[in-house]
Amino acid sequence: MNKIANRQVICDTLMHLAKDNQDIIVLASDSRGSAAMGPFAEKYPNQFVEMGIAEQNLVGVAAGLAHSGKKPFITSPACFLSMRSIEQIKVDVAYSGTNVKLVGISGGVSYGALGMSHHSLQDIAVTRAIPGLAVMLPADRHETKKMTEALVHYDGGVYMRIGRNPVEDVYESDDYDFQIGKAVRLHEGTDATIIACGETVKVGLDACALLAQRGIRTRLVNMHTIKPLDTEEIIKAAKETGFIVTLEEHSIYGGLGAAVAETTSQHCPVPLKILGIPDEPPIAGKTAEVFNHYGISAGNVATIIEEGLRKEG
Amino acid sequence: MMDIIDLKKKAAEIRIRLFQMIHNAKAGHTGGSLSNTDILTVLYYHTMRHNPQEPKWVERDRFIASKGHSVESLWCILADLGYFPKSELETFSQFGTRLIGHPNNKVPGIEMNTGALGHGLPISVGMALAGKRDHKDYRVFCLMGDGEQAEGSIWEAAMSASHYKLDNLVGIIDRNSLQISGNTENVMGLDPLDKKWEAFGWHVVSIDGNDIVSLMETFNSIPYTEGKPTLIIANTVKGKGVSFAENAIGWHHRVPSDEELALAIKELTEQIESLVSKEGQPHE
Repeated sequence: MNKIANRQVICDTLMHLAKDNQDIIVLASDSRGSAAMGPFAEKYPNQFVEMGIAEQNLVGVAAGLAHSGKKPFITSPACFLSMRSIEQIKVDVAYSGTNVKLVGISGGVSYGALGMSHHSLQDIAVTRAIPGLAVMLPADRHETKKMTEALVHYDGGVYMRIGRNPVEDVYESDDYDFQIGKAVRLHEGTDATIIACGETVKVGLDACALLAQRGIRTRLVNMHTIKPLDTEEIIKAAKETGFIVTLEEHSIYGGLGAAVAETTSQHCPVPLKILGIPDEPPIAGKTAEVFNHYGISAGNVATIIEEGLRKEG
Repeated sequence: MMDIIDLKKKAAEIRIRLFQMIHNAKAGHTGGSLSNTDILTVLYYHTMRHNPQEPKWVERDRFIASKGHSVESLWCILADLGYFPKSELETFSQFGTRLIGHPNNKVPGIEMNTGALGHGLPISVGMALAGKRDHKDYRVFCLMGDGEQAEGSIWEAAMSASHYKLDNLVGIIDRNSLQISGNTENVMGLDPLDKKWEAFGWHVVSIDGNDIVSLMETFNSIPYTEGKPTLIIANTVKGKGVSFAENAIGWHHRVPSDEELALAIKELTEQIESLVSKEGQPHE
């Protein structure tokens, strides 16, 4: 089991890149500890800005820094960053076109028993509706590294969400081609497709293994970039496999499932099941417990696909 | 650089132009643009280091219109200075225009898209902080409304500006004491505004914000205290320069009729002529 959290990987990657790129600036909202950015702040004090617990100012200041040629990376809890400062994200980042990277840490249900105030399950819905803002969720530590490196070279506003705890690897290493907006097929199959993002990609991978044992060949698409969306890969999945299940650590409204449905319904309608957190304050528990409770588990996904294929006959 | 008489004439000319523009578009924030005209005139024709031929010059002073709705005076000044053709002012608020009712950074001379209140000061803090970290000597001027002072994000930014000792940052409050629903003190009391900003660690100066000489002298004295951001409470008259619009709440975004336009032009032209007749005499 991997012990390295994605936040740790972001810190390591930015520390490595900041050495030769003095424009990289990390901002925190009293969140350097939870973002694992303490080492960065110590090593590069002139490239670190503490903003205190003030998320609106946090994003506005980052936009001002970006306007002056800096490459700001905000690291702040996803629940506050994507809600308290959403108008600054819309206006100061997306509308003004500033090069701000918004890294939402401890996203989804990472904060577990802390309650709905600390969950971020609407962030994909709200950020992906904003013109000019890209939205991304890495699946594991290797993808987090690739994505962070890509963001340094990407000119424009991005919302990137990660979870709090280490997640199991879905990639064997970081030796693969990562492109913003280009989905990655992690398992080949023609009977059905699972499209997942973030920490649910591992659930999808385990479901593929279960289904393989039962003779069902399932395709797994890692949709690490929700916007700009790889619609081509979605349409291919619909045409070539005819049945899609989406997985996400997000409300069933407005997230990855909705984005996939918007695409398939207009280009190639196929049966689609959206698995995520239902429209209620989530149950308290650790991520795996919450996922299991709502059916975001390999077993449930395998059952849904088996039953779906049986219905199709 | 313009002298005092020239600046006063320029402010009156800008007021005529913005009145014409709002009349033409049948839309605009008339009162607030008239109250901030003197501030913008002194900034753009006297104080700020900028170059209309090179809007993105890295050494330029930055201006952020946090009270973005009063953009009409700014459009007129930027056009007059050559940031874009004066003829484009005719397109103000028309279909497909760049010259919308708020600052738009598709237009040369505009730094950021502002107008959602409470956004300008945080952005300005970021620009000033970048200047400090890069050892640049540009300054950042942020014009805020007084009604806007109720936005919490302003006070988040105020705290951070003094924390980072941004003496290259100048906040200006267009203190005309009127907002859309009435007197600011009735809508949401602000006073003592100076004490609030002082408590947040700023050097506060209170002046007549429609007085060209006071504005020139105040801007020349910045920073007043090394290591402290400067806050200028510019006490102004909403609708300044046009008798029937002065201190009249209805003129927040009222559009002048043909008769009102003619009367405003007459009054402002007389102001210009009286200044011309004073030329050659010692400045008051």
